Amino acid sequence: MSTTTTRVEESRGRVRPGGKRLVALVGRVRELGLIVVLLVIVALVGLQTPRFLTPGNFEQILLSIAILAIVAVGETMVILTRNVDLSVGSTVGMTAFVCADVLKNHPQTPVILIILLGCALGAVLGAVNGLIVALGRVPAIVATLGTLYLYRGLDSYIAGGTQVSAYDVPDSFLSLATTHILGVPALIVFAAAIALIFAYLLRATRTGRELYALGSNPEAARLAGLRAERLIFLTFLLCGLLSGFAGVLWGARFATVDSGAATGLELQVIAAVVVGGVNIFGGSGTILGAMLGAIVLGTIDNALTLLKLSQFWLQAIDGAAILAAVTLDALITRWLQHRLRGGRQR
Amino acid sequence: MEVAAPQAAVPVIELVGVSKRFGAIQALKEVDLSLYAGEVHALVGENGAGKSTLVKILAGVHRPDRGLLKINGEAVELRSPAQAQAVGIAVIHQEPTLFPDLDVAENVFMGHQPRDRLGRIDWRRMYREVEQLLQSLGVELNVYLPVRGLSVADRQLVEIARALSQDARVLIMDEPTASLSPREVEDLFTIVEQLRARQVAILFVSHRLEEVFRLASRVTVLRDGQRVITAPAQDLTPEETVRHMVGRELAALFPKEEAAVGEVVLEVRHLSRAGVFRDVSFQLRRGEILGLAGLVGAGRTEVARVLFGIDQAESGEILVDGRPVSIRSPRDAMRYGIAYVPEDRHQQGLVLDFSIARNITLSILQRVARFSLIRSRQELKIAADYAERLRVRGGRLTQPVRALSGGNQQKVVLGKWLATEPRILILDEPTRGIDIGAKAEVHRIISELAARGLAILLISSELPEILAMSDRVLVMHEGCVTGLFSRTEADQEKVMLAATGQNRQSR
Amino acid sequence: MSDSSEVKQPALDLDASSAAAPSAPALAKEDRRAAASGGGLARLLAWMRSWEALLLVLLVLALALGSALSPYFLSLSNFSLLISDMMEKALMALTMTLIVIAGEIDLSVASILGLASVVLGYTWSHGLPLGLAIALVLLIGALCGLVNGLAVTRLGLPSLVVTLGTLALFRGLAYVVMGDQAVSNFPPAFTNFGFGTVPGTLIPWPFVLFVALALIFSLLLHRSTLGRQIYAIGSNKEAARFAGIRVDDIKLLLFVLSGLVAALAGVVFTARFSNARADNALGFELDVVTIVLLGGVNIFGGSGSLPGVVLSLLIIGVLRNALGLADISGDIQNIAVGALLILSVLGPNVVRRLQEAASRRRAADNGPAGGLARGAALPAPEETGAARARERGQRH
Repeated sequence: MSTTTTRVEESRGRVRPGGKRLVALVGRVRELGLIVVLLVIVALVGLQTPRFLTPGNFEQILLSIAILAIVAVGETMVILTRNVDLSVGSTVGMTAFVCADVLKNHPQTPVILIILLGCALGAVLGAVNGLIVALGRVPAIVATLGTLYLYRGLDSYIAGGTQVSAYDVPDSFLSLATTHILGVPALIVFAAAIALIFAYLLRATRTGRELYALGSNPEAARLAGLRAERLIFLTFLLCGLLSGFAGVLWGARFATVDSGAATGLELQVIAAVVVGGVNIFGGSGTILGAMLGAIVLGTIDNALTLLKLSQFWLQAIDGAAILAAVTLDALITRWLQHRLRGGRQR
Repeated sequence: MEVAAPQAAVPVIELVGVSKRFGAIQALKEVDLSLYAGEVHALVGENGAGKSTLVKILAGVHRPDRGLLKINGEAVELRSPAQAQAVGIAVIHQEPTLFPDLDVAENVFMGHQPRDRLGRIDWRRMYREVEQLLQSLGVELNVYLPVRGLSVADRQLVEIARALSQDARVLIMDEPTASLSPREVEDLFTIVEQLRARQVAILFVSHRLEEVFRLASRVTVLRDGQRVITAPAQDLTPEETVRHMVGRELAALFPKEEAAVGEVVLEVRHLSRAGVFRDVSFQLRRGEILGLAGLVGAGRTEVARVLFGIDQAESGEILVDGRPVSIRSPRDAMRYGIAYVPEDRHQQGLVLDFSIARNITLSILQRVARFSLIRSRQELKIAADYAERLRVRGGRLTQPVRALSGGNQQKVVLGKWLATEPRILILDEPTRGIDIGAKAEVHRIISELAARGLAILLISSELPEILAMSDRVLVMHEGCVTGLFSRTEADQEKVMLAATGQNRQSR
Repeated sequence: MSDSSEVKQPALDLDASSAAAPSAPALAKEDRRAAASGGGLARLLAWMRSWEALLLVLLVLALALGSALSPYFLSLSNFSLLISDMMEKALMALTMTLIVIAGEIDLSVASILGLASVVLGYTWSHGLPLGLAIALVLLIGALCGLVNGLAVTRLGLPSLVVTLGTLALFRGLAYVVMGDQAVSNFPPAFTNFGFGTVPGTLIPWPFVLFVALALIFSLLLHRSTLGRQIYAIGSNKEAARFAGIRVDDIKLLLFVLSGLVAALAGVVFTARFSNARADNALGFELDVVTIVLLGGVNIFGGSGSLPGVVLSLLIIGVLRNALGLADISGDIQNIAVGALLILSVLGPNVVRRLQEAASRRRAADNGPAGGLARGAALPAPEETGAARARERGQRH
């Protein structure tokens, strides 16, 4: 075809040398940046307190964020589609209490049934969110703010002011949180497995890619024949299910559970996801990033404790970290866009 | 050019007696249309004639109230865009709707990615196939590039590749050339010819008749939701076609009234903004209309944005009444008596949720307020005044502008800026997307305003409009001024040569 | 042209080509008449379909529920208590309304409240005169707002994320200042302002403050040029910018106001409970957002009204109070609040979808001759949830 040559000669920015590499870098830069930040923190704190660098401490860090990370996997998928789930804290709290309560009254219930119960309950709560958002067309932030209250209220109603303590539940349940698989705490194994599975699914399945497409441009997704309602419902369902599982683990780990369990968890989860580079307006970000976000925040908390900084500094530094992460992200994006456009006609 | 499709063949797709109404508006009435494999069929009509409704029916977005849609002679019902794609219909939109965060290959294959036996996406095959597809079209496009930041032309190519990846038998191109430069249009036409050779049936929706007659073998004209005529292209002339479109003899474009051109009001000296335009200089006088011609992307809107304080220039000077001024915000620009009717009416010109009155007074709130409190009677009075002068029709002052037609919306934008009592008016594509009747009205208004002493900078991609309206024509090409012609000098050929940068080479 | 009188006469004649346009009567005159007469009945009818009318019905229902649940409900002292309990949220809801209408959100308000309370307690207990301490606290609140505003307007970050960060940051700073300590030995003159009522009445002092601010903010939002610009920004930021509105400056101002009012709420809270602690008003931000959304403010900006938000405040106050009198705990009351929020948005959406479906059927049956009012909005199936929500907001 005759125009091919002219096109190449004109080089209207279609193929630029090194274009591929730069673009690949763009895709990874968020995660790379996080890893660098993580290494800097580790190095700095490690110099101060050698105890920070022990394997036991790393295990401690991962253990402290494992439950949050499981919820963050679900939240990431919801946020990718340009929605948000604020009700995850309430869902975790409710499943934690209900599962513990069932065990208190029926101590013989096999743990696997309890896990299934937690997942099912979480899935139902997630499905309610999904229905309200996908079919009812209520903006997700409004709908899940409503269910945040609703689920917490139901939790309180069920609890009726009581609490379940470690003595009320069988050890087999508590061991969910303390047991080790191949020498690694089960909580960490669960979180890592879930993160890997969903990261793989997001990459390898059509549905996974469709979540990105929907968040990137809902109108284009509709024209491409993607079923937006179905996808949104699915992400809320999965987010609820994962929160339900996280609730079971919460019950096992903290042993003493009342109706206030996991209050405010939603904000920590969203913080981890956002620090991990997932765009709050959907369309871009990875589960790997969200996990790194959780690890960075967990590491900072841990480091502060080891540096014997007052416990009271934790939250302020968390907040500052979130702000720093998004600011850095914005500056990098701006710089990259500048680079990509540089020398190109509009 | 190919002759009309053989009558013996069964059309790939056929609409029979299709009607569609929205509320009180009969968008389509008993429309018939057939498309044959390997033909380019043009669909023309004024804005509001029903073209886009018809396209949306074919795309599965709307369902007809009455009538049949046949594919290869069999009646089918399209309930969703997905179903339309499944039967082989693809749409190329004027502004391609793609996924900016995803790369070219993913955009092409979204929803139907190649999969391996386990149902996993076969990424390697996907990239390979997209590369082959683009190669077969003679296009070089980095398939790993995110779509965000690609030009409109490149994004259209992605849509075309997407259509081909789905083995589309019917390709609907909805005003595909509206935002393309002439060279990009040429490239697109080459590809259309190729697709025709591949026996794809193409419905080419356009209002640019020269393109229609270059490409199409048959032409269908819609007017007020009804089909006026379908005829082989060689049996029609552009003049006849226009007559069918408007249903009357076309009134000539309004030439600008002669007005006394006064002193220089605005002067621009060596204005530059990196990567966008450089060394732009011109003078604008009282009572003058200075046409700013050029291709899409030549940097005209960018100059206007700098003059209005939206963007900042890196070097150069702007003088108002001979004094250098610094314009750092639209507010500054308004202080110097500059008004800007922007190119994108819906995004930049209007607050669609606001009423007509509120839109008109948005830039002069201080004038309708006392102690910063808005006096609604004063507001309505001023708004009514401008609405009356500009003859805004189709709604009460307190109704949202969303409900108005394009032409009336544009008049509201004009009213808003006239209300600021400007001395310099920049008009960016003031008649884009409005129908012929309203266009004539807008032209008349512009001419009036100049006659009353306004200095007007008129940016337009429609050459006839520029030539008819302007006292002088300034031409830009790739960010540089490439020509300045007086009214008598300027003609289609000279301006076009300057706009494509070819006059420079000969010099 | 510099003089508007030059274009005064409507000289822009039309030629035959205007035949294309419908020959509607000039709209302007009609509108002037309507403006003059006020269009009383039509306005009343329109209002009856408004969001505020729905809220009024809900309020009446809540009041009925209250009096059914408890004989003490309909007493003046109970209402005094009910109002007192809402004050901090009510104050913060005022500025939150403005911010959400402008298309942003401020999740850090309750943390600013906490920080303000703690700083007040700390400086007072360290010998700063109370008046100065309060002034300092208000300044800090405004500074917190400035931080939010600068991050949003100068760095272009989404306010949801920024204020999520400062939610943690400001609350964290409150802990840094005071840890888990508390200050409670405030002078009676100060706590009287919190507990006390206007002499001879049962009107709590903070309520006087709220009413004054509510009036000012109503005037600001619904009558002033600033208010108009806030709506314009929330509806279409770019068009607002092109119209010469200083979008960033106004947003910055709103965040500063929000911080200032949150700090003021902190002073009220501290006085009311005579207690300065770092965890004061923990989690209030969600309550405030809920009140604003239930009040009919569109979460995506551009529409909503302060009267609506005030009604919503009353509804939630009455509901919580009534349920409280019936011995239902605060946590369980959340069920009602959450359900109300969801149903208030879901209900109209469902009704409208049913109406749309019905009118589609009618349109299909009627054929070309049947007609609805001209200018009826086209049904647009391509709408996203967001667009629908926006539309919902508009109607109210």
